[in-house]
Amino acid sequence: MTSTATRAKTPTATPRPPARVRSNIARTPRTFYWMVVPAVVIFFALHTIPVLSGMFFSLTNYAGYGTWDLVGFSNYINLFQDDRVLNSYGFTFGFAIVSTLLVNVIALAIALGLNSKIKFQAAFRGVFFIPYVLAILIIGYVFNYLFANSFPAIFTALGLPGLSDNLLASPDFAWIGIVITTVWQAAAFNVILYLAGLQTISADLYEAAAIDGASGWRRFRSITFPLIGAYFTINMVLSFKSFLQVFDQIVALTAGGPGTSTESIALVIFRGGFQGGEYGYQMANAVVYLFVIIIVSFLQLRILQRREASFS
Amino acid sequence: MTDTLTQTSAPLPETPDAPTRAPRTRRRLDGGNGGTNWWLTALIAVCSLTVLIPLYFTVVTALKTPDQLGGTGFELPTSIRWENFADAYQLTNFPRALMNTALITVGAVFLTLLTNSLVAYAIARNMHKKFFKGLYFYFLAAIFVPFPIIMLPVVKETAMLGIDTPVGLILLYTVYGLSFNIFIFVAYINSIPVELEEAARLDGASTWMVFWKVIFPLLSPMNATVGILTCVWAWNDFLLPLVVLSDPSARTLPLAQFIFQGQFNTNYPVAFASYLMALAPLLVVYVIAQKWVVSGVTRGSVK
Repeated sequence: MTSTATRAKTPTATPRPPARVRSNIARTPRTFYWMVVPAVVIFFALHTIPVLSGMFFSLTNYAGYGTWDLVGFSNYINLFQDDRVLNSYGFTFGFAIVSTLLVNVIALAIALGLNSKIKFQAAFRGVFFIPYVLAILIIGYVFNYLFANSFPAIFTALGLPGLSDNLLASPDFAWIGIVITTVWQAAAFNVILYLAGLQTISADLYEAAAIDGASGWRRFRSITFPLIGAYFTINMVLSFKSFLQVFDQIVALTAGGPGTSTESIALVIFRGGFQGGEYGYQMANAVVYLFVIIIVSFLQLRILQRREASFS
Repeated sequence: MTDTLTQTSAPLPETPDAPTRAPRTRRRLDGGNGGTNWWLTALIAVCSLTVLIPLYFTVVTALKTPDQLGGTGFELPTSIRWENFADAYQLTNFPRALMNTALITVGAVFLTLLTNSLVAYAIARNMHKKFFKGLYFYFLAAIFVPFPIIMLPVVKETAMLGIDTPVGLILLYTVYGLSFNIFIFVAYINSIPVELEEAARLDGASTWMVFWKVIFPLLSPMNATVGILTCVWAWNDFLLPLVVLSDPSARTLPLAQFIFQGQFNTNYPVAFASYLMALAPLLVVYVIAQKWVVSGVTRGSVK
């Protein structure tokens, strides 16, 4: 504030002395600190402190209430012998990999379609984007009814009794229902991102490729895909990361069942931590999960960026 | 742009390849910008049905009487029971939940726009300073922190601080959105020439005034983007209200659907009426402001 005031009073001889102004800015008015400090304090209190306290309690036998003792790394050792936890990692990763691939392939395909010479382009774009504004929990309830009642009735009517069971009631296939619901909801957002990427590509490039006689697939591989590589990378990383945190749709579709076959990591932490008296233990789970997410995100970035580079 | 169409045949195996290619080639020979690809239009139309059919299903189910529920459920209702909506309205205390959700969403959007842009401005203009650069990476790092690790401790903390309320939720959305918002705000602010601010400073404007009078108005496209993303997130979020809110009367719309699920159990039309009422507000806003919403989200991704 003070520095601003003095600057205001400084008589400016020449209309615009650039060097002088720059040196004033380099001094950093104190106001800039006032702009960030409250945010940093609140962010630290509501984000960093929970993370740190979580890490601390992962070393205790805290149940979420009452007294606790430090137990060293025994929570971490127990995690790796806990079938329920290991199962949740297996399910969550399988689900996230399949969903990420499907969402990105489908969204890219739809975006390519929407970006070409079709009628009612704006209207279709509007339709494909609708699921983005709908709560996945509620969509989950709707799909739950579809899987339990409508699809079996349709398959029976089509004379396919083999498919007429409730998908969500099968321990082996319930995850497919969760993937379908997730893809239905998540593709919308990715369509918009890919469409934004496609619109940055100049039509001249395609004209040139067409003159050279490049086929459609060839043009996709050599022009479109490399040019939207950055979008592909970021979409893969972000969707994978968000699918690893899957929670809402599982609550709505299977509640983790049948048995514990569709329990995600987030659901296990939620249940164990809030209802099972496993606060300390589930915090250890969450810490492992944090490191898994960090490692996976960086690996993905590295691999996908290298691919991007080798394309061009 | 014109010629992307054959590429769709690649990722979509069921596309009839030959028919799509033929008209395209002809068009190119004619000199380019000619006709519409009707095959592709039809294909896109069929794909769009996958989005529309579950929505249609929700609407017709919400209008039926329980005894019309048999079969596939896609049939139109033979007689409409509007009372489903009245029942759901009362059962879930809909006006209360709607009010809570609306207040939390509006509060989160306003607080996010006012504060996150300000922080991003201070960081963007002082990136050459160690302190601000450090902050930038401190905030960005939080993008990689999954919510479940915060979930259990933050419930204890909000209860202790007495902010296990809608006001607390507004604060949490503002704080947890900060990482991503700073990322896109900073990128945008970097594209605004500093000369604009220098001119204002020479006229005697303080840093605050420069921000509010010069920078904030210039940020309006990004404000729209961040506003939309925050609005959709806060409106539809389930997990944070589920764990943070302690008072049952503070329930949000998704939370109400979850809580009353057991009571809907036997009466699907009332449940679907309730779902529809919970989905409708944002859906209506989207339909009205569709162009604006789509371009807002698009802008966020290009930056």
